[in-house]
Amino acid sequence: MESITPILEFKKTCVSYTKQTMAVKYVSAAIEKNTITAIMGPSGCGKSTLLRAVNLMHNLYSNIRVEGEILLNSENILSMEPMDVRRKVGMVFQRPTPFPTMSIYDNVLAGFALNGIKLSKAEKDATVERCLKSVALWDEVKDVLNKKGTFLSGGQQQRLCIARALAMKPDVLLMDEPTSALDPIATKHIEELLLELQKEVTILIVTHNMGQAMRISSKSMFMYLGELVEYGDTATMFSNPIDERTMAYLTGKMG
Amino acid sequence: MNDKIYRVILFIAALIVPIVCGGVIYALVTDAYDAFEYFGFFKFLSSSEWNYSEGAEQYGALPFITGTLMTTLLALIFCIPFSLPVALFVGEYFKGKRVAAILSTVVDLLAGIPSIIYGLWGFYTLRPLIMALNISPQGSGILTASLVLAIMIIPYASSLSAEFIKMVPNDLKEGAYSLGATRAEVVQKVVFPVAGAGIFSSYVLAIGRALGETMTVTMLIGNTNNIPDSITSTGNSMASIIANQFGEADGLRLSSLIAIGLILFLITAGINMVGKIMIKRARIV
Amino acid sequence: MIKKRLAKDKIIFWSICILAILTAVPLLAILGEVFFRGYDQLTWSFFTEPTPTAYKAMKAIEAGEPIPGGIANGIIGTILMLGMAAVVAIPMGILCGAFLAENSKNRFAQTVSYLTDLLQGTPSVIIGIITYVWVVVPMKGYSAIAGSVALCIMMMPLIIRSTEETLKILPASLKEAGLALGGNRARVMMKVQLPAAFGGIFTGVLLAISRVIGETAPLMFTALGCSLIRWSIDKPMSAVPLLIWEFFNDPNLQDLIWGASLFLLLFVLVLNITAKYIAKKWNQ
Repeated sequence: MESITPILEFKKTCVSYTKQTMAVKYVSAAIEKNTITAIMGPSGCGKSTLLRAVNLMHNLYSNIRVEGEILLNSENILSMEPMDVRRKVGMVFQRPTPFPTMSIYDNVLAGFALNGIKLSKAEKDATVERCLKSVALWDEVKDVLNKKGTFLSGGQQQRLCIARALAMKPDVLLMDEPTSALDPIATKHIEELLLELQKEVTILIVTHNMGQAMRISSKSMFMYLGELVEYGDTATMFSNPIDERTMAYLTGKMG
Repeated sequence: MNDKIYRVILFIAALIVPIVCGGVIYALVTDAYDAFEYFGFFKFLSSSEWNYSEGAEQYGALPFITGTLMTTLLALIFCIPFSLPVALFVGEYFKGKRVAAILSTVVDLLAGIPSIIYGLWGFYTLRPLIMALNISPQGSGILTASLVLAIMIIPYASSLSAEFIKMVPNDLKEGAYSLGATRAEVVQKVVFPVAGAGIFSSYVLAIGRALGETMTVTMLIGNTNNIPDSITSTGNSMASIIANQFGEADGLRLSSLIAIGLILFLITAGINMVGKIMIKRARIV
Repeated sequence: MIKKRLAKDKIIFWSICILAILTAVPLLAILGEVFFRGYDQLTWSFFTEPTPTAYKAMKAIEAGEPIPGGIANGIIGTILMLGMAAVVAIPMGILCGAFLAENSKNRFAQTVSYLTDLLQGTPSVIIGIITYVWVVVPMKGYSAIAGSVALCIMMMPLIIRSTEETLKILPASLKEAGLALGGNRARVMMKVQLPAAFGGIFTGVLLAISRVIGETAPLMFTALGCSLIRWSIDKPMSAVPLLIWEFFNDPNLQDLIWGASLFLLLFVLVLNITAKYIAKKWNQ
């Protein structure tokens, strides 16, 4: 039986803000295709920093250095053109970020506009419908596609942002606490959506919420002080953590 | 368009600012050089002669430096009793209320009136008033110019002061109230000490405005080229002598006027720099 | 003791209110004077006819008639010179502001930022001098081009500042979200950041126009003024504030002062209020 090549692999990945302090220390982990992996840990443990490294967001700030390797389909993204990487790796932020000057319709297509890709009217309509349907937003907004994205509720805005990321057909979708700004009902919708979406895309989700990790993820990472302490099946980790720091976190004795 | 071209375009656009500034300084220095060379730099600054009759040409900047400093200082003195209450009204007593918004709009509109219209108003309304009150026989002069200048700089001083007054933390004020202080005492003992550096810096920037104000002063100061001996006498500021004589000047006189322009530029640049640095410091505190 | 303190508190409160409200008096006084002395001059011909010569005006005064003519030459000159200045100053200012917002930590950008302040604080009469040296002397004559260069130099720092500040207060997540979709910086700036900052930048442009439209000193040594309606930009040209200055100095033309001032004042105030309104709307 042939071994499955992971879609995304961290190899001794380090992120440092200044010379002395490392926010992420020698993280190595392989992520399988079409899974949801939750990254947990107390505030400041480097989980968001690790996630943002995959989308080369750190390239925007000259003082941040990323070392080691991050392989996407066996290719090291750190030596790739940032724009090519970002097209293959979508990202959804903590707070919904619909572009305020664009309509709902244009927001979904923003990725194409920003990459200078021209689509025919028919392609555009089809993409908008497909993406909004896949985030279960189509029925709610199909009559108001020309309204600004900012008119939607928080949960709807976040789904719009997911649709916008999906429109680019990414291999990997990064989510940085995507439900932390949402109410419980909107959160539930997003979680259901993610479980649906893992058929299409590999998801890496940073979450503060252990319940959420348990509900949606098949694999979990626990990070502490920049180190990857434990990585494995979510069910196993929650029922039987190996490291005592993981245990302390999961039982609420830590941050 | 790739990132590199984009960066290069932005960089080129940004280059225009240093180019213009360099050009300003270069043009002023090279064209003022003749006057400084002919009279000597310090002699030019300290001489009070301004004589352009042919053969007896003699130029010195002292009357105009004095005129500028007098009008600016007087304008500042006249402005404070109004700009400070405006700042307290907007930033403390009626903070966030509708009246405060209305007053600050009205005061901001004062900043929008073109200076030539201030000059007209000063000439046709204030000047007759000053003559009628027997303050000065000709009506125009340092005092008249300063009064109008004071009105012009109120918005600059008050809007920035109000910003700093607004930033005084509530818990500090509450601390003083809880000890039984009245509002006036809180303003005096808490608001002024905390916002003081910021308020001061806003007046420094207002001075920077007043120094270079041209048309209003030109229309009201009386246009005489001697050192003013009292606040009611006539004179000329650095900006007004340039406005008055630049069009008809050439040769040494033109160079002398540009030299006055250079001095004015250096003084305003210095004052503005001090003001900006003080604002930055005040913001951090 | 307490009574005395409370009395003092009251006195201070009321003096602050009175002094603050007194500050509004000059605005009303100026508006009132300009309006009442100028409104009956604003006839149709005032806007369509050029300034009369001193001789014509004198004749009319002797005959007891109102002065003929108007300020059409000034209005056209103002529009033309301001337009030329804006065409250069707006794009350059926006690009430079974008540069400052994108590179705020870079040493060169900090220098540029400081120099922008320096330029903004430079007295307008000095802008007039250097434009004279740069443009009028090499071109061997006063011209509308020189006038518009002076106005352009005055507008640019205001536009740079408002662009920079508006871009800086946009949430960083907006830019990151754009880049996360694979857009390059130029496209994210053009399609996401600048549209989102439009309100603030537009306000800055309006304020810049309202600031320079009333400028007289820098035009005196550059555009000079001209009593004809003229379209050639390499010749001297008039502007509304320049005309006011001329009317002020010419005893025969004094009757035209207030109409011209009222027109200029209304224009500036409308621009200012519009800018404030847009800024407020955009902030919500």
